[in-house]
Amino acid sequence: MAESKKHRKKDTGTTEAAPQRDTSSAVPARLAVLKTYKLYVGGAFPRSESGRSYSVTSSDGAHLANAALASRKDARDAVLAARKAFGGWSARTAYNRGQILYRVAEVLEGRRAQFEADLVDADGVSADEAARLVSAAIDRWVYYAGWTDKIAQVAGGSNPVSGPYYNHSAPEPTGVVAVVAPPQGPLLGLVSVLAPIIAGGNTAIVVASERAPLAAVTLGEVLATSDLPGGVVNILTGRVAELAPPLAGHADVNALDLTGAGDLAAELEEAAAATLKRVLRPRAEEDWFADPGLSRVTPFLETKTVWHPIGV
Amino acid sequence: MSDKIFEYAPAPESRAVVSIRPEYGLFIDGAFTEPTEQRITSVNPADEEELAQVSVASDADVDRAVAAARRAFERVWGPMAPAERGKYLFRISRIIQERARELAVLESLDNGKPIKETRDVDIPLVAAHFFYYAGWADKLAHAGFGPDPRPLGVAAQVIPWNFPLLMLAWKIAPALAGGNTVVLKPAETTPLTALVFAEICQEAGLPPGVVNIVTGAGETGRALVAHPGTDKVAFTGSTEVGREIARTVAGTDKRVTLELGGKGANIVYDDAAVDQAVEGVVTGIFFNQGHVCCAGSRLLLQESIAEEFLERLKARISRLRLGDPLDKNTDIGAINSAAQLARIQELARAGDDEGVERWSPACPLPDRGFWFAPTLFTGATQANRVAREEIFGPVLSVLTFRTPEEAVEKANNTPYGLSAGVWTEKGSRMLWTANRLRAGVVWSNTFNKFDPASPFGGYKESGYGREGGRHGLEGYLNG
Repeated sequence: MAESKKHRKKDTGTTEAAPQRDTSSAVPARLAVLKTYKLYVGGAFPRSESGRSYSVTSSDGAHLANAALASRKDARDAVLAARKAFGGWSARTAYNRGQILYRVAEVLEGRRAQFEADLVDADGVSADEAARLVSAAIDRWVYYAGWTDKIAQVAGGSNPVSGPYYNHSAPEPTGVVAVVAPPQGPLLGLVSVLAPIIAGGNTAIVVASERAPLAAVTLGEVLATSDLPGGVVNILTGRVAELAPPLAGHADVNALDLTGAGDLAAELEEAAAATLKRVLRPRAEEDWFADPGLSRVTPFLETKTVWHPIGV
Repeated sequence: MSDKIFEYAPAPESRAVVSIRPEYGLFIDGAFTEPTEQRITSVNPADEEELAQVSVASDADVDRAVAAARRAFERVWGPMAPAERGKYLFRISRIIQERARELAVLESLDNGKPIKETRDVDIPLVAAHFFYYAGWADKLAHAGFGPDPRPLGVAAQVIPWNFPLLMLAWKIAPALAGGNTVVLKPAETTPLTALVFAEICQEAGLPPGVVNIVTGAGETGRALVAHPGTDKVAFTGSTEVGREIARTVAGTDKRVTLELGGKGANIVYDDAAVDQAVEGVVTGIFFNQGHVCCAGSRLLLQESIAEEFLERLKARISRLRLGDPLDKNTDIGAINSAAQLARIQELARAGDDEGVERWSPACPLPDRGFWFAPTLFTGATQANRVAREEIFGPVLSVLTFRTPEEAVEKANNTPYGLSAGVWTEKGSRMLWTANRLRAGVVWSNTFNKFDPASPFGGYKESGYGREGGRHGLEGYLNG
């Protein structure tokens, strides 16, 4: 059993029991084509500029694949890509953003088998549990797809000021958000932190689960084929301790989601103070199956209030 | 000769309505303490005369104030029926209205701002703010922060000197309406109206410990912000101190709201109603001597009208009356402190040194007190310090633009994002511009308007959180 799990990752993309890259002497009928796991930055899939990678292992320690070990420079490139994408993404209509988020759900549904296999490998969960996690992740995209064009009505409104003025408040995206994804929950946790950020019109740089980053890279492939403009989501794999500090200190990052930052959270929040970033701290317990409401949307929204005199 | 018609006889407001004690203790647990050993002197910035000696709260004093607030939260204010909490706030609002003239005069004396402003803007807004949040106290479940929102506990609040009592109201009213108790530190140079507010709390019968006022300088503020016994820090002031506070609370469970500096752009398009725009630009920068975080301190003029507009702006500025804050005709009062005056002078010199053209009207300054004439820096570029740094004084930098895109680009080219102004007669252009400005408040065809129902606060390094309106409750509730 352990043997088959160990090799499943390498066979991803094949449908039948395919030949396996092992040390047995049998000559395979067909050699599987293995995927190179790369970063997802600016809509493309580059390797780390550092040329480094690290071994990602299954829950029982078997080698699954090499993931890119992103550098500080990769993090800065990702900020550039996210900033470049912000103007366009935030200017899309809320309806259009909702359609694209829904499209992500559609494409994810079509590739659910691959994600289920990923989760079985990464977390050692049962096939049933993996299916439940993937279903919840898909449904979370649908949930936020339905929020995009309702946030402004719920979070904004007209203000009855004492005078002849039209006065109206509306939420706007904060800007570029850097996210430390939860180490547990390689897919559902990741989607649960990422989807609300882009639903609100922000762009994101995600540091994927260091332990289990493969689902994140595969999610990048889903995003890249869902009409999401390049740069709206940028996914880095590697060491959180190496990637999160340059993001927390970067002057062009407007907010931090530290859900997966663990022991680093206080230090990162302190670094964020220099540029007064909005910070969502890690919470004690996360139930990724619970209804999130707007609790992960509003921390990354600003309220803009516009005044205009009324008169003839 | 034509100037003569604008010469007014002095019309000073009477000081008799105010009685200032020679020395003040701290207001802790519903009573004033004996004045502490260490004191600060609050002076009238218009004549440098001593107004009163005010106590400096030590770490131990802050400790006692926080403990009193905690007790009041747990025993009285937290358990109280929300509607009753609201009635205390209504009562406070009414007493402020009753004592409005006294508070206005005292504010002008301690701060240096014109009585016209304290009487017609500051104090009425203070009363309105308490009245507004009073009504929220028993309606919190309808505020959109969950079906049963809970107070946070004890709030540590530190406020600036530019709108002393108004900033107190912005902090205390939503905190109390949400069921929290507070320890507030007023600014070092303007503590007096906060101490009268403490008397008003007594007069209203507010339970001891619900509001505590600790006076002092930076050290007292630091002790309060860092105190482990509070659940919330709310600060209005400089971006520099805001950063320090954000660092201090990092890694704690405390909630934070920060309302910091700004360098607001005031964009005047070529189709703007010129007379109204001139008035708005003057209000935008000279209201409260420019000691306003959301001041329109960068004027962006469309190139085709720049020359004519500047001419009319200068003519209008030449008519501003600078002088005795208690004179009802005064437009521009005193700079709040010697330190602030030095800061304004330093930045104005930087403008001179960088070769930016400086203009002020012929404007005699009083011999005593702290004064700075209304000043324009024209032909500034985005690289000039006067166009980048918050001056917090009556100094306006003027830049030009050709296209709406360029106006927006320049307006947003700042680490701040608190306020902006747009002047145009074309509605679609106004909304197009407002949509693109990265600022928390956009005044179109008006400027520097405030209301308790209107959320206020910044983008980017102007801080986070909102004060005012339904949004202002969020920083004081757990959803």
